[in-house]
Amino acid sequence: MESGDKVWEVFIQKKAGLPFKHAGSVHGYDKKMALQNARDLYTRRGEGRELWVVEASNIVAVPLDEADAFFDPADDKIYRHPTFYNIPDSVGHM
Amino acid sequence: MDKFEAAFNELIEKELKIEPRDWMPEKYREHLIRQVSQHAHSEVIGMQPEGNWLLRAPSLRSKQVLLAKIQDEAGHGLYLYSVAETLGISRQEMVQQLHEGKAKYSSIFNYPTLTWADMGAVGWLVDGAAITNQVSLQRTSYGPYSRGMVRICKEESFHQRQGYEIMMQMAFGTPEQKEMAQDALNRFWFPALMMFGPHDKDSAHSSQAMKWKIKIESNDHLRQKFIDHTVKQIEYLGLKSPDPNMKWNEATGHYDHSPFNWDEFWNVVNGNGPCNQERLDHHKKVHNDNKWVREAAAAYALKTETQVA
Repeated sequence: MESGDKVWEVFIQKKAGLPFKHAGSVHGYDKKMALQNARDLYTRRGEGRELWVVEASNIVAVPLDEADAFFDPADDKIYRHPTFYNIPDSVGHM
Repeated sequence: MDKFEAAFNELIEKELKIEPRDWMPEKYREHLIRQVSQHAHSEVIGMQPEGNWLLRAPSLRSKQVLLAKIQDEAGHGLYLYSVAETLGISRQEMVQQLHEGKAKYSSIFNYPTLTWADMGAVGWLVDGAAITNQVSLQRTSYGPYSRGMVRICKEESFHQRQGYEIMMQMAFGTPEQKEMAQDALNRFWFPALMMFGPHDKDSAHSSQAMKWKIKIESNDHLRQKFIDHTVKQIEYLGLKSPDPNMKWNEATGHYDHSPFNWDEFWNVVNGNGPCNQERLDHHKKVHNDNKWVREAAAAYALKTETQVA
């Protein structure tokens, strides 16, 4: 990549109360430019009220070959779900 | 077959999406990089024929609208470069490949835009054909490409309507304006239809791309869909069909068309169209002229960003 040019991941909040959502990425040399470029690229039609940019190299992800083992502990704990428990209909909605 | 390949095949089979960090066959990655970079370059080079009319737009309104449209094209190019970057190629490499003639862009942009009616024909037919293709690509198997297409399709529909509005103004205007509208239609019709690519039986890359669900519908299928859809729009304008053999075929349920001039198509793809040299030279010139901006931005970032505690 050209010296100083960085890739930033862009997250947009559409309305207050909604979670930030990943929109894509943008190039920029510094934080301010990354924000302005993200605004021009992803919010030309009022798609956002808030923007985050994060340098792509700062995102930490689970390595692909570890993903199965990493998420495995969640698979066998059915007692974490409400349907695991039998509650009589007569007690009403619970 | 290892478990990663099996997982890939299962995702394709179930019409789920492949994401950047998933395992994928090298050929799948290469195909996508080629297709997406071609798509990105097309958006960016496509700004040139429209930019040609920016300073000569007939009203402030049409100038504003055209400027917004060109801005969108730049945005679409950037979305697509981002998509390709998730596959492990940098934007700089892609631009370099374009400059070296190793990467292509849609040959439609190698035709000149001679009159204001061409701005109508480009929006209506060229963007129209592109939309037909892009609507289908919303369902492509590569996640980031699919999401980019959804975003692009939302924005493109304004482009086609903007083009058709110009066609209406010209076709319903003075006899000279109507003649310009007819001329623009005549010149752009066949090149726009050839944008869908070679016939299915001659398309080298298509069949594997369909198996991987990178492409969902074939070139001929999409082209026919576009023709069938556009005929009544030509009629509404009161213009003559540019193809004397275009007529409704009761048996097939589609409009027939003349054979295409593929020699012309390949001639333009291979660099010999009316504007190939001009388009590429302009891109290179602007890229080089702006070098100082990139250098200044890098120097400024170095000075300001390193001071953060």
